[in-house]
Amino acid sequence: MLSVQNLHVSYGAIAALKGISFNVPAGTVVTLIGANGAGKTTTLRTISGLVKASSGNVMFQDTDITNRPSHEIVKRGLCQSPEGRMIFPGLTVRENLMMGAYLRNDRKGIEQDMEYGFSIFPRLKERMKQAGGTLSGGEQQMLAIARALMSKPKLLLLDEPSLGIAPLLVKLIFEKITEINRDLGMTILLVEQNAHMALNVASYAYVLETGEITLEGPAKDLASNEEVQKAYLGM
Amino acid sequence: MSTILRPYLYLAGGIALVLVLNLLVGGIGSYDQRIVVNIGINMILAVSLNLVNGFTGQFSLGHAGFMSVGAYASAAFTTMVLPAASDPMSQGLYLIVALLVGGLAAAVAGLLVGVPSLRLKGDYLAIVTLGFGEIIRVILQNVSSLGGALGLANIPRHTTFLWVFIILVFVVFVIERVIRTTYGKGFLAVRDDEIAAEAMGVNTTRYKVVAFVVGAFFAGIAGGLYAHYNSLIKPDDFGFLKSVEIVVMVILGGMGSTYGVIFAAAALTYLPEWLRSFTMFGIKFSDFRMSIYSLVLIVLMLVRPQGLFGGFSFKGRRAAAKKAPIG
Ligand SMILES: Nc1ncnc2c1ncn2[C@@H]1O[C@H](COP(=O)(O)OP(=O)(O)OP(=O)(O)O)[C@@H](O)[C@H]1O
Ligand SMILES: [Mg+2]
Repeated sequence: MLSVQNLHVSYGAIAALKGISFNVPAGTVVTLIGANGAGKTTTLRTISGLVKASSGNVMFQDTDITNRPSHEIVKRGLCQSPEGRMIFPGLTVRENLMMGAYLRNDRKGIEQDMEYGFSIFPRLKERMKQAGGTLSGGEQQMLAIARALMSKPKLLLLDEPSLGIAPLLVKLIFEKITEINRDLGMTILLVEQNAHMALNVASYAYVLETGEITLEGPAKDLASNEEVQKAYLGM
Repeated sequence: MSTILRPYLYLAGGIALVLVLNLLVGGIGSYDQRIVVNIGINMILAVSLNLVNGFTGQFSLGHAGFMSVGAYASAAFTTMVLPAASDPMSQGLYLIVALLVGGLAAAVAGLLVGVPSLRLKGDYLAIVTLGFGEIIRVILQNVSSLGGALGLANIPRHTTFLWVFIILVFVVFVIERVIRTTYGKGFLAVRDDEIAAEAMGVNTTRYKVVAFVVGAFFAGIAGGLYAHYNSLIKPDDFGFLKSVEIVVMVILGGMGSTYGVIFAAAALTYLPEWLRSFTMFGIKFSDFRMSIYSLVLIVLMLVRPQGLFGGFSFKGRRAAAKKAPIG
């Protein structure tokens, strides 16, 4: 469904991605793991059109979407839950979700998808009229994921959903990721520092180190790979 | 049904209120009438700047520049193109046409300044808009056909209390309506988190430009009202300090709170008049007014960063957002 080929991205003189390539087949959960500053967020932002690539291609459903404006990319069915949650603090939970459906007009479908969001994260329903900024970190993460789902994407991009939330909630959120993949047949590209959780839910994984992919394979294989265990699983 | 009608009830109520006040205003002296009309014009300016600085979160410092474009364009149109109006009917009609000309001219200026500069963030936008205001002022000072530094005189006095406040009601209605639609929430999304808004498919540049152009349009209309009230306009009426004054109204009123901003505009227009005779260490209040503004702003930023009224609007959401836990 998504195919990234030889992608290069620089911030001024700093090369953040030095020619990475990977694939996300339809219906699967693929993860990209890596340490701080490896280039994970840069990868997702480039796919979403928020950051411009200097060379290489992003193909989505056989269409070249490299450096297209982000609203066009969202319209094509690719939406992300950005790093650090980035919900709209001044909008209510409901309005945040409606912003996710910003490019849609099908009222019925929007309501249905909102109900789905509430069914996987019931806490959001209880806090529907509350300002996004008043939610706890974990709740904001739920909101960010539910908001991305509101665009009815074909491919969901998740940037570090475990960032800064309690271990128990991390577990819950990863269960929900699996559930979303199963319920909706949603294709998911998950970017994580928490390799343990990520390798658990994903079927295939790539390891990103300072802008380069150094390792790839089925998630189970990587989880038992010695280097990965040492560097990312703290074993 | 009732929720669909409600905004229109507010609109009708606003118009009715203005009509009643119009009867009362007839009974007050012309000096006080002048203050009231200036309050109304400043309210239009502040409410329209609030769309840019409050709702969309951009920092424009050139509102007086757009006001001057509207003032000069409408005044030039009235004095050079339109025939003289004798009866109130045609006076009103000509005023409307002139205001539209002024508004459109200001909107075009907004587009020309906005498109290149709205890609810039925060301080840069403030600097560019500030520069724009000053450039317009210097240009006007040097165009002799528009009166140069002496100003454009003999503009027919078509503006009345009624026109100013009816237009204010419409401006408030339009902005409050738009901001409540799903489309309108896009402005707030741009303010709240630009990258997230972009990631949701919001064309943030377009929103900023729209806010800027609409804000400039209304500022141009306010300028037209000003021109047709004072009969004489000078480039210096629309200097940097006028822009600052409008920004202060928006900040004091609580960015994004229309009613707070309206109140602040009234207070900041009335206070200097009220304190006109007030002197401190032998200095007239009007001479150190700006120092007081700065002081008030600093204190406000420290004590109540959301503005005096920010937090009442949107059911207290913004105030609540400030208290949000981190992480
Ligand atoms: N806006 C920017 N300007 C300049 N350099 C940047 C910018 N954003 C990221 N970088 C640099 O690019 C590199 C990759 O950053 P990126 O945010 O993609 O890493 P990451 O893998 O997401 O890290 P983390 O796990 O900490 O979120 C880093 O060296 C970072 O300093
Ligand atoms: Mg990151």
